[in-house]
Amino acid sequence: MGVVNSILTSKWTKVVVFALCLVPLAVLVWKGFQNELGANPVEFVEHWTGDWTIRFLIITLCVTPFRKLLHVPQLIRFRRMLGLFAFFYVCLHFSTWIWLDRFFNLSDMWADMLKRRFITVGFAGFVLLIPLAITSTKGWIRRLGGKRWQLLHRAIYLSAIAGVIHYYWQVKSDERKPLQYAAVVGALLAWRLGAWLYKRRQKSATDNRTSKEPVTAETA
Amino acid sequence: MDDKPASKLTYSDITPKGAYTNRRNFLFGMLATGGAVTGWKHFSNWMSGPATGSVPVKLNNVKKGPFSTAEAITPENDVTTYNNFYEFGTGKGDPSRNAKNFRTSPWTVSVEGEVKKPRKLSMDDIMKIAPLEERIYRHRCVEAWSIVVPWIGYSFSALANLVEPTPKAKYVAFESYYDTRQMPEGPSAGIPFPYLEGLRMDEAMHPLTLLCVGMYGETLPNQDGAPVRMVIPWKYGYKSAKSLVKIRFVKNQPPTTWNTATPEWYGFYSNVNPNVNTVRWSQATEHRLGGGIFSRPIPTQIFNGYGDKVASLYSGMDLRKYY
Repeated sequence: MGVVNSILTSKWTKVVVFALCLVPLAVLVWKGFQNELGANPVEFVEHWTGDWTIRFLIITLCVTPFRKLLHVPQLIRFRRMLGLFAFFYVCLHFSTWIWLDRFFNLSDMWADMLKRRFITVGFAGFVLLIPLAITSTKGWIRRLGGKRWQLLHRAIYLSAIAGVIHYYWQVKSDERKPLQYAAVVGALLAWRLGAWLYKRRQKSATDNRTSKEPVTAETA
Repeated sequence: MDDKPASKLTYSDITPKGAYTNRRNFLFGMLATGGAVTGWKHFSNWMSGPATGSVPVKLNNVKKGPFSTAEAITPENDVTTYNNFYEFGTGKGDPSRNAKNFRTSPWTVSVEGEVKKPRKLSMDDIMKIAPLEERIYRHRCVEAWSIVVPWIGYSFSALANLVEPTPKAKYVAFESYYDTRQMPEGPSAGIPFPYLEGLRMDEAMHPLTLLCVGMYGETLPNQDGAPVRMVIPWKYGYKSAKSLVKIRFVKNQPPTTWNTATPEWYGFYSNVNPNVNTVRWSQATEHRLGGGIFSRPIPTQIFNGYGDKVASLYSGMDLRKYY
């Protein structure tokens, strides 16, 4: 446990994780220079960055369950970075759409936003992440207060759900990949619901005990 | 057919045998559907991108046909590595990888229904119904991308006239090949197979409508619908059914695959129309493949730019209703 602890708390680990988070982008750029983005490179970049957005949302959502289940609380050090990388990849995804795909045809994009539910829900998921990215600093935690900050940052649950629905509604017929993502996000959210229910039951049990104690003391 | 001239090359002679008799590749393909190899396959695809398809064979005696566009032809490699052929997988690179060992010889197309002379045609028969022509058509996918392809074939009407449709024939139904042993990805595609398409009789008989046996000077690659397919350039690509095994002249509008699967998105007519948007995508613009990542989207034309030839087929019809 000592080795694990020193690895997880080393500042170099953070550098390594940061570099790893850039690998999907590096592979994409490398493929671009190797002319390996295929016949429809715009679509390729859209799918690549979209995929990695959902994956980083999932990785971010893994932090808390892994901390608790594997007893490695130090993982918390990486949560902000992972969440911000999810935001980074969704920004790439969104800019690919407005620039390379639609070339700033704003009226057309606006019509799409209102008319096409997969774009509506995807955009909503993206917008929800913006306040989280802005308030990810220590200063904002202090300004908002831990409780309120935590409540705000639960919006990532909605973002992840929106991301999966966006993907599910986008595919034409083969729904295997979006359903796999849905299963993983579903499991991660179900764990949270379970943990919350368990905690509430324990809390009410202790509350009952403490409230009963004086009674038992009197009757004793 | 029995009147085959002995001196002439037959279609089975020009089909590369190696393309379908490579047993080791076939066995590896079977293996690759198993779990252990799948992981590696995904990883190597992830790193290397789609593979190029099988090598087709040069077609001789092809004359320049009518209706060709002067626009730049899309690089052949793009047309053979980026395909919608869901029987071979739903990824754009899947057909070029999974159709490598697809058997296209022997091949029979049954032409039947409301006709005086129903026929079972071999590829040799099909190759000599009419002189082969090269026609450079725009091809617009409903997914808002387009290509310019030098197809080889002849007007479908030549085949229709051979079997002599009766006055009862109002529509033509097309059926593509389907076989889960050769197309193990098919059941996961999420749409019913065999793939079905259809045209109204006047659409099928229009001179633009092509029965296609080749492209880029050669026979069709497997992933592009070998050995014989339809090409209807004013309609979205999915109307142009690939790897045809049955052509049926019928009285009533036949069921078509995408229309059956998602009727609100895919109509029977499916004419290219920038003003009528299917639910999923805006059809106002398209990406012409082959232009690179920074190429701008181009405006989509009504009837894919073939309106001067085909708009009259739909006069008086509300194209918003009959999309």
